[in-house]
Amino acid sequence: MVISGVPQVVLSNVSKRYGSSPPVLQQIDLSIAKGEFVSLIGPSGCGKSTLLKLISGLSSASSGSILVDGMTPVNARETISFIFQDATLLPWRTVTNNVGLGLELEHVSREIRKQKVESLLQLVGLTHVAHSYPRQLSGGMKMRVSVARALAIKPRLLLMDEPFGALDEMTRDRLNEELLRLREEQNWTAVFVTHSVAEAVFLSTRIVVLAPSPGRIAQQIAVDLPFPRTSVTRESPEFESLVTSVSRALRGVQSA
Amino acid sequence: MKKYVVTLLNALGVFAALLLLWQILVLLLHLPAYMLPAPLGVGRAVVARFPSLVASLAITAQEAAGGLAGSIVAGLLIALLFAQSRWIRRMLYPYTILLQTVPIVAVAPLILMWVGPGTLSVTLVAFIICLAPIIANTTQGLISVEPNLIHLFLMHNASRVQILTRLRLPHAVPALFVGIRIAAGISVIGAITGELFAGSSKVGEGGLGYSILYASAQMETDYLFALVVAATVLGFVFFFLVMFLEWYFLHNWHESARTMSEE
Repeated sequence: MVISGVPQVVLSNVSKRYGSSPPVLQQIDLSIAKGEFVSLIGPSGCGKSTLLKLISGLSSASSGSILVDGMTPVNARETISFIFQDATLLPWRTVTNNVGLGLELEHVSREIRKQKVESLLQLVGLTHVAHSYPRQLSGGMKMRVSVARALAIKPRLLLMDEPFGALDEMTRDRLNEELLRLREEQNWTAVFVTHSVAEAVFLSTRIVVLAPSPGRIAQQIAVDLPFPRTSVTRESPEFESLVTSVSRALRGVQSA
Repeated sequence: MKKYVVTLLNALGVFAALLLLWQILVLLLHLPAYMLPAPLGVGRAVVARFPSLVASLAITAQEAAGGLAGSIVAGLLIALLFAQSRWIRRMLYPYTILLQTVPIVAVAPLILMWVGPGTLSVTLVAFIICLAPIIANTTQGLISVEPNLIHLFLMHNASRVQILTRLRLPHAVPALFVGIRIAAGISVIGAITGELFAGSSKVGEGGLGYSILYASAQMETDYLFALVVAATVLGFVFFFLVMFLEWYFLHNWHESARTMSEE
């Protein structure tokens, strides 16, 4: 995974407000380069999920401009995948057909779909449950299906809204490691919303700390831990000191 | 399996005891057959009138099934219309409630007058009584899709038609079945009510409702009982048929059908 200097997502002077209420986000300037893994972290109400919705085009900015690959988010959608907080699987579809949903909606032929889904299931270790229904899976497995579905369309930008927030810590750590392994093999940029400082440090190349009311960027922290990162990374002193400084930054915006 | 057999034997035992008690009471109190026939008398009536009983049952079953099937098709189409916008729902939904609150006994004679006596008008009565629960439940199912699922489809540039066929419709199937289950029970009631008014132009060609009128006029109370039992059984059969279909379509993925198969 090489981070180039080419900006892929550019937000300039972006604000968002609903009706006449005070702004949820104010004057956000953020540039994300190709290959970066950027985490958004901050107390509730800081607008981090809203920011993600703006980049996806599911919600539109009140002012300012957002460009993804030089296009408006809606026009860039073919290259964007969104992973939601819950797995959002269709309960009436098997794992295979859930993973193939995006390809199906984009009219990819049955044979090609079958090939792609099979190789993806292998990649995320779900081949043995290919024909199971979501209700038969554990929370961690459901999330893996959701990740596989997002990767199926070969995205260039992956937006994740606290995807592992509902999982137990052990499952979350394992999925974090898997996510980074997938990142090594594929070529996507990531914007990741989380509440967990340790998760943000482990995954990111850069952490953006947001302050609440109105939501704004308080601080940006570069994470220069070497890749590949494994469970050993979590025990290193560099990891510890990064967790400490991000936690300190978070405390700073919370008390303000 | 053993549990089912025991449950079944228990139920049958209670049923047999009740029949026995009924028979004894009728004999002890010397009740005349036109007031309360003994179970054995009802049994004899069933045997004696078997062909016409089955014929009546078949007619009513056809009418109820026709009304139910028609209401599923029409109800689904109307629900699809309602799901298009809140504005349409606000404008048209009150009429659905009207459909549910209007007493069917009062409407049946009107339909009879407009359509004429016979199977068609009876089927229409069953259809009307079935329509409201199908519309209400299916509409609810179509519009209660989780917002993030819609977002997921939007992120894949899904068209309105794709969202409807691949998301809203399958999501509404469990709710549709709730509606069908309610409708199945009342379809038989609707058909019999319709027959009380519409009946048949010829003796022996009417459904259960017509035969009930005939039997009560002739004071054939034992046959009347047999007809009531037949109507009840018909309702049961409809209900279990729908339960089976629901299980068949949903047991792979939906909780309601799953708990049913695990009980």
